[in-house]
Amino acid sequence: MAGAAGPGTGPGAARGDGDDSLYPIAVLIDELRNEDVQLRLNSIKKLSTIALALGVERTRTELLPFLTDTIYDEDEVLLALAEQLGNFTGLVGGPDFAHCLLPPLESLATVEETVVRDKAVESLRQISQEHTPVALEAHFVPLVKRLASGDWFTSRTSACGLFSVCYPRASNAVKAEIRQHFRSLCSDDTPMVRRAAASKLGEFAKVLELDSVKSEIVPLFTNLASDEQDSVRLLAVEACVSIAQLLSQDDLEALVMPTLRQAAEDKSWRVRYMVADKFSELQKAVGPKITLNDLIPAFQNLLKDCEAEVRAAAAHKVKELCENLPTEGRETIIMNQILPFIKELVSDTNQHVKSALASVIMGLSTILGKENTIEHLLPLFLAQLKDECPEVRLNIISNLDCVNEVIGIRQLSQSLLPAIVELAEDAKWRVRLAIIEYMPLLAGQLGVEFFDEKLNSLCMAWLVDHVYAIREAATSNLMKLVQKFGTEWAQNTIVPKVLVMANDPNYLHRMTTLFCINALSEACGQEITTKQMLPIVLKMAGDQVANVRFNVAKSLQKIGPILDTDALQEEVKPVLQKLGQDEDMDVKYFAQEAISAVAQRLTKLDFPVKDNEEPSAPGADKNHFLRPRGPGEDTGKFVPLMSRHTESERLGWFPRRQ
Amino acid sequence: MPYKLKKEKEPPKLAKGTAKPSSSSKDGGGESTDEAQAQSQPQPQPQPQPQPQPPSSNKRPSNSTPPPTQLSKIKYSGGPQIVKKERRQSSSRFNLSKNRELQKLPALKDSPTQEREELFIQKLRQCCVLFDFVSDPLSDLKFKEVKRAGLNEMVEYITHSRDVVTEAIYPEAVTMFSVNLFRTLPPSSNPTGAEFDPEEDEPTLEAAWPHLQLVYEFFLRFLESPDFQPNIAKKYIDQKFVLALLDLFDSEDPRERDFLKTILHRIYGKFLGLRAYIRRQINHIFYRFIYETEHHNGIAELLEILGSIINGFALPLKEEHKMFLIRVLLPLHKVKSLSVYHPQLAYCVVQFLEKESSLTEPVIVGLLKFWPKTHSPKEVMFLNELEEILDVIEPSEFSKVMEPLFRQLAKCVSSPHFQVAERALYYWNNEYIMSLISDNAARVLPIMFPALYRNSKSHWNKTIHGLIYNALKLFMEMNQKLFDDCTQQYKAEKQKGRFRMKEREEMWQKIEELARLNPQYPMFRAPPPLPPVYSMETETPTAEDIQLLKRTVETEAVQMLKDIKKEKVLLRRKSELPQDVYTIKALEAHKRAEEFLTASQEAL
Repeated sequence: MAGAAGPGTGPGAARGDGDDSLYPIAVLIDELRNEDVQLRLNSIKKLSTIALALGVERTRTELLPFLTDTIYDEDEVLLALAEQLGNFTGLVGGPDFAHCLLPPLESLATVEETVVRDKAVESLRQISQEHTPVALEAHFVPLVKRLASGDWFTSRTSACGLFSVCYPRASNAVKAEIRQHFRSLCSDDTPMVRRAAASKLGEFAKVLELDSVKSEIVPLFTNLASDEQDSVRLLAVEACVSIAQLLSQDDLEALVMPTLRQAAEDKSWRVRYMVADKFSELQKAVGPKITLNDLIPAFQNLLKDCEAEVRAAAAHKVKELCENLPTEGRETIIMNQILPFIKELVSDTNQHVKSALASVIMGLSTILGKENTIEHLLPLFLAQLKDECPEVRLNIISNLDCVNEVIGIRQLSQSLLPAIVELAEDAKWRVRLAIIEYMPLLAGQLGVEFFDEKLNSLCMAWLVDHVYAIREAATSNLMKLVQKFGTEWAQNTIVPKVLVMANDPNYLHRMTTLFCINALSEACGQEITTKQMLPIVLKMAGDQVANVRFNVAKSLQKIGPILDTDALQEEVKPVLQKLGQDEDMDVKYFAQEAISAVAQRLTKLDFPVKDNEEPSAPGADKNHFLRPRGPGEDTGKFVPLMSRHTESERLGWFPRRQ
Repeated sequence: MPYKLKKEKEPPKLAKGTAKPSSSSKDGGGESTDEAQAQSQPQPQPQPQPQPQPPSSNKRPSNSTPPPTQLSKIKYSGGPQIVKKERRQSSSRFNLSKNRELQKLPALKDSPTQEREELFIQKLRQCCVLFDFVSDPLSDLKFKEVKRAGLNEMVEYITHSRDVVTEAIYPEAVTMFSVNLFRTLPPSSNPTGAEFDPEEDEPTLEAAWPHLQLVYEFFLRFLESPDFQPNIAKKYIDQKFVLALLDLFDSEDPRERDFLKTILHRIYGKFLGLRAYIRRQINHIFYRFIYETEHHNGIAELLEILGSIINGFALPLKEEHKMFLIRVLLPLHKVKSLSVYHPQLAYCVVQFLEKESSLTEPVIVGLLKFWPKTHSPKEVMFLNELEEILDVIEPSEFSKVMEPLFRQLAKCVSSPHFQVAERALYYWNNEYIMSLISDNAARVLPIMFPALYRNSKSHWNKTIHGLIYNALKLFMEMNQKLFDDCTQQYKAEKQKGRFRMKEREEMWQKIEELARLNPQYPMFRAPPPLPPVYSMETETPTAEDIQLLKRTVETEAVQMLKDIKKEKVLLRRKSELPQDVYTIKALEAHKRAEEFLTASQEAL
């Protein structure tokens, strides 16, 4: 419909129509003809307004037929339409008329694009609930049947999602038909359809009568689970969870377990992966007895599977599996049947397997208790802390709190320290970044003494890292540490070291001081800020590098709310005014920004104005880039400016060229 | 991968002359052996015979063979090379045989003739033993060598000896092939999902290749043997076999896919009963690729085979084949990794249009529907393909699609990405396209003019200015009067445009008021006000003098006429990541069984 726009037909054409009540549709027709997708999309999004303007009857008799007939547009527009129609019941006159919405949604459910189709199915499911049982059988069920026997796989795929919503409220005769249709989709010739059916099998089973589950769903499940395509078989594993919940233990053993056992040993690793991935759900669904007899041995096999993907998925489930075992005899089972396999995994050849294990292994300590942890798990933790792969070490460190509760962190601290130091100095900056993020947690676990002694120097070293992201993370880390250990600690250990950097020959380090002050001032409070930080900031206003100077302006704006008015009036304002006369226009710009923020605060007297912080931090940057540029400025000047944000610091190391 | 240049395609094109596929001698070695076989065959099999077709009436006939998939997407670009610590190799789970101690059997050529068949079978069975190449590459070295030598010998034997493919051999050969190759492919070592970059990530090579290569080679020779009889083989090479074969196309090893391609092509040619099934299964792979996973390694190879199949389609086209074009080939344009298989896909599409020009309209409408919105390199590919289509378009078809088509081209010309704008403006150097435009100037010009005029000043890239002036000049020469009218109309439209924006706002306002009268209004909270639609155009030359424009057009356009056709490599490696020498060498060492796939004539 977009293609049909002629240059002569403007929206004004709608005016010619004398009947005012038809006006909204005329506008819509015109707008949907527009070349610009965004405009068409906007009109569809305002569909409810049009329907309101038309009233229920005209919506039914005119708008919906129009939409049904003209559905051909970009997928984006169709998606919006499918979404709109799901909430349209009230606009067509309530549940009695909900079926009017079915025709357009039916065509949307057959289009090629999956996203549109899925949305149409979602809307159809929503509307089905609003149908009366009679209307459901008269209108909705026939639609499902039409879709289910459509020529093209798209409609059959869509049908799969609609069975479970209409089944419970249908009469027995219709129910039998619905089941029949579902059966045939499960053995459809197209794998796409079989996949769709397999993915809805569990959902459908839940709404069926138990007898039908046993007599019909189980055979379907068995067939799908032995499909020639592994992509179908793995979906059957998902269905297995739902089906297993519905059956008694005996039925489960006879009807489902043979298939599940087979799936756990499937020749395709994707199916085995799925079993591993769904293991906890399966475990809950089949109950403790079958878990012990069947699932534990299967799990052991998955843990030593030949594909690393499968082993990693299983390793992820170790903790949940152990948690969900019945408390009685749990310890013995874990010690005898799980732990030996875990020990193997600690020295696995694949790093993903090891790191999956490292992310959950600490959780076992609460289950096994202090003695077992010290005797059996601790050696594993220590081995993983020395692993060559940083991710493994990180995963152990990030879960330290679990162990802390059981055995206290002291047991580990001897091995912990070298691991942390090594990660802190890793050549990959992402690794360093990750360990910084755990620092506040570690500090909390290890206590202030240990921290001061061993880790503080690391935290300070990060401030002069050559990667900006690390320096940035290091500043916010300091803030969190101050929040944890208090201002006194800050004053004694952090602040002096930070302030010393203000005299560093490298301007990037001098700027780090400013960034630290931005982060720390609030946590440190007015006194430290005014007495220790402010003088340094003011002194830096005379720096020779412009980047430092405009960051001074930004810092002053940032710490302004913390300072008292005297300091603002007598110390900050003169410096800002001087910066406002700077020869560099970026410095001037930020100084003026800060001046107006400070002035605002001064006029409001001593009200602690929270709002001031908002525009001062990120907003200032944005404004800076949006402000109109003078004719003489070229982009070259922006290089050092941009480099504050980029990770490649090659350019940033050079002082600004003037 | 670098976009396939027109130049590279030239040789087969030139060699083609008037006749359609298979008759040209330059099309590669594989073909001549085909013909040789056909001649020396004692009993002609129902093998498709190459049929010369009447010369096409189209303007620019395209190639007779599909563009071959490139083995290595990564050309050694002078960047750093490294030998990675862990070789990029993996292998699927082979069920290792328990007893791997192989006895060296006597050579076939040294044994008495009557015992040879029995010995051949023994050797085939011996090769069903599978070895470990991944976890312990040095295991069973002696027995691996026995198997390798045996396979080598059999390849020689089946190639150079006559009457050795006896009835007893078929099941043994097929079993040997199946046991060695049909396996679940291992998980990819490359990132999956959104992170996977088919242009950048190096393929993982198959560790067991020393054996697999020979197995493939043997099987290919077996299929191509003059003694090979599809009638006997069809008991063993059945649907199940083909399905398993198709599963392997997802292999990451390009060498393996190359063999698979040739083998599937041969099977398609020789087993008429399997053809429909093969096409259907390929479709299923494509659907899954398009709508579910967007990840498959063998799309280019499959399309290459399909290219040769389409080439052989009989006329008039069956409905099934047309559906394939509309419902499979066109949606394939949508996938993110289009660049990997675009040359093969474009070839398939153009083949269809050469066979049946009435398909042009749905194809172009489809392309416009899937036109990339944010992916500029993909947009360039679309423009390439569109030009190939326009090269063969019938004038009657052109007039059906030109309006939406040129509306899109107007957008491309205005693209802020200069490669897109540049590629679109190259159309003005295509004589055939220009003649089509000229015949329909009254409808094309008013669509194109505003975009050209606007960007003649406002586009940031200087090269684009020159190309635009070139295009404007051609338009001017085409129809002076029309050109002037367009200029006038453009100015009038510009005035009206602002007015219309306002009018639209008022209209919606009015509807909103009507809606408010409805008692249900509060229940359907009006959607939050939508962001106003900004048009991308910024400063435009408003009161530009026509005369001035004309004069500029004259001067600026001249220098652009030369060396414009020189096409560039529009895609390049994005980074200079170190490349694994081993992988590069292994791929370079691979010899293709056949450079070009020949057409498989459709059975009538």
